[in-house]
Amino acid sequence: MAQMTMIQAITNALHTELKNDENVLVFGEDVGQNGGVFRATEGLQEEFGEERVFDTPLAESGIIGLAVGMSTQGLRPVPEIQFFGFVFEAMDAVSGQAARMRYRSGGRWHAPMTIRSPFGGGVHTPELHADSLEGLMAQQPGLKVVIPSNPYDAKGLLIQSIRDNDPVIFLEHMKLYRSFREEVPEEEYTIDLGKANVKREGSDITFVAYGAMVHAALKAADELKEEGIEAEVIDLRTVAPVDIDTIIESVEKTNRAVVIQEAQKQAGIAASIVSEIQERAILHLEAPVLRVTAPDTVYPFSEAEEVWLPNHKDIVEKAKQSINF
Amino acid sequence: MSFKNPLEGIEEKFEMIQILDEDGQVVDEDNVPDLSDDDLVELMRRMVYTRVLDQRSIALNRQGRLGFYAPTAGQEASQLGSHFAMEKEDFLLPAYRDVPQLIFHGLPLYQAFLFSRGHYHGNQMPEDVNAVSPQIIIGAQITQAAGVAYGFKHNGKKNVALTYTGDGGASQGDFYEGINFAGAYKAPAIFVVQNNQFAISVPVEKQSAANTIAQKAAAAGVPGYLVDGMDVLAVYKIVKEARDRAVNGEGPTLIETMTYRYGPHTMAGDDPTRYRTDDMDDKWEKRDPLVRFRKYLEGKDLWSEEKENEIVETTKEEIKEAIKKADKQDKQKVTDLMSIMYDELPQNLEEQMEEYKEKESK
Repeated sequence: MAQMTMIQAITNALHTELKNDENVLVFGEDVGQNGGVFRATEGLQEEFGEERVFDTPLAESGIIGLAVGMSTQGLRPVPEIQFFGFVFEAMDAVSGQAARMRYRSGGRWHAPMTIRSPFGGGVHTPELHADSLEGLMAQQPGLKVVIPSNPYDAKGLLIQSIRDNDPVIFLEHMKLYRSFREEVPEEEYTIDLGKANVKREGSDITFVAYGAMVHAALKAADELKEEGIEAEVIDLRTVAPVDIDTIIESVEKTNRAVVIQEAQKQAGIAASIVSEIQERAILHLEAPVLRVTAPDTVYPFSEAEEVWLPNHKDIVEKAKQSINF
Repeated sequence: MSFKNPLEGIEEKFEMIQILDEDGQVVDEDNVPDLSDDDLVELMRRMVYTRVLDQRSIALNRQGRLGFYAPTAGQEASQLGSHFAMEKEDFLLPAYRDVPQLIFHGLPLYQAFLFSRGHYHGNQMPEDVNAVSPQIIIGAQITQAAGVAYGFKHNGKKNVALTYTGDGGASQGDFYEGINFAGAYKAPAIFVVQNNQFAISVPVEKQSAANTIAQKAAAAGVPGYLVDGMDVLAVYKIVKEARDRAVNGEGPTLIETMTYRYGPHTMAGDDPTRYRTDDMDDKWEKRDPLVRFRKYLEGKDLWSEEKENEIVETTKEEIKEAIKKADKQDKQKVTDLMSIMYDELPQNLEEQMEEYKEKESK
């Protein structure tokens, strides 16, 4: 088995599906000869040709609109938005159009596209590169939103996303692209969308996280273990739809939960999960369900981001607050 | 100033193409399209049908029997002349006023009425109809047309994507993006801008410093034509040529059809007297597409009052039947909508489906 970074696992997944299905097309700004600004599409144009892996004009709305149109012709587009903050340029094409293809055609048309995009804080990008906008996407019926936390998941989830018959927003945290390697099989495999993964079992408190925050949660769990507190860590993998059963099963066992997201606190994924937990398991709770999030400001210029971003210490603190409630 | 303004001399190139003048006289013999007598009669039949449908739709809307409706009178040549150049397998991406083209592309009339009422079956194109339902977001269909066209090219099909927008739509970013993408990929797309002079109430002069919309194609390296949108032969001819070029691999075309809507923007309370004058209405009505083409056909002995009356009557009859059929359609349910959100129901909708099945059973 090969050791791969997350970016390599993503390239590997794209390669797998380009090879498996001639209707898969990969395109976006700089994804052709340049292989993408993060090299996610490195070598793909060379192998699969300019008809299937290609550069687009620099216009995000045009890119997603193109993908919507292609969907009616039996194609399976995998467009890239170069940084997810640029999706604002394409919000109608994503939410107003792609997400509504089945609805606005009474089921005649659908949009089996996977929109890949880097996002996430901590890598000193300029404005509107790092923002966690998954909450906006998750609020749009018709979309699925997937956020892998590691190379193995990235490959299996991306292959499954491309095969999915509905539009999937596939968000790749930039800090995870090359931060570590792990074993990733060369052969194809898939991971179901909408299924969470229990990364660490524990009996005292449940941490629900996704993307880079999974690693912060695992680190917090390690620290808490030294104090005799066993935290269970759930990696959501898909934030829309959320695997609520896995969360509830865990909370019924631990009776406490902290929901962690890199995004701002207001509205969003964590808020929704807190609601689901209290609707379904309030009698199992020993303490209020708490959140660890960024504050309700826009994502700051890079100098302030270390303070702004939630980290494992914040999680430890909230966990203790819950346990001492 | 020592440099010549590069715009000088460019705008004059976008002259309005006309084949039939306002009196139905041929002014450009060389460009009269090669259409059979049957085709000519069919074109007129479609325009009469659409005029009658418009009158009836407005009446039905006032009686509360139709919902959303955007009147079409005045734009028949622009709408049906352009559509007449399409083949059945070509893909249509209409805007909300372009229901007549959808009907002639194969959407049954009762479904067009259901669309007006907001019933999802109205958006459900039959299997053999290559079209999406009318777009509400101004310009969103233009980038999609580039994608459909890319698909045709990629799959080696000799077909085109044809999309419509209005003069207001030409101000959208998506307008330029769609044309530019299609141009960059030499994709077989045709972009028809029906310039009916007003985006709801804002006149085209206030939309842009450009004298024509056709010239906007030049910025994307795509041919742009300005055509008399009340001259059905000119509209057909220019779209047919664009289609021929597109399927020959020569890329997309932008076509601006100069036209006018006699009615309000939609039947939802727009009052055109707030932004138009009677003089303006009179001036455009003198250019009426039906009057002009009727004279042309009468000159060729292909049309008569009797024939027209017969078409008016059969159309009214067809409308009556279609409304009856639309009335018989089962009311749409929330559970129907739930079932067409995704390929497979996600957990949240599965739960809500149970909840609404219960509600709907009461």
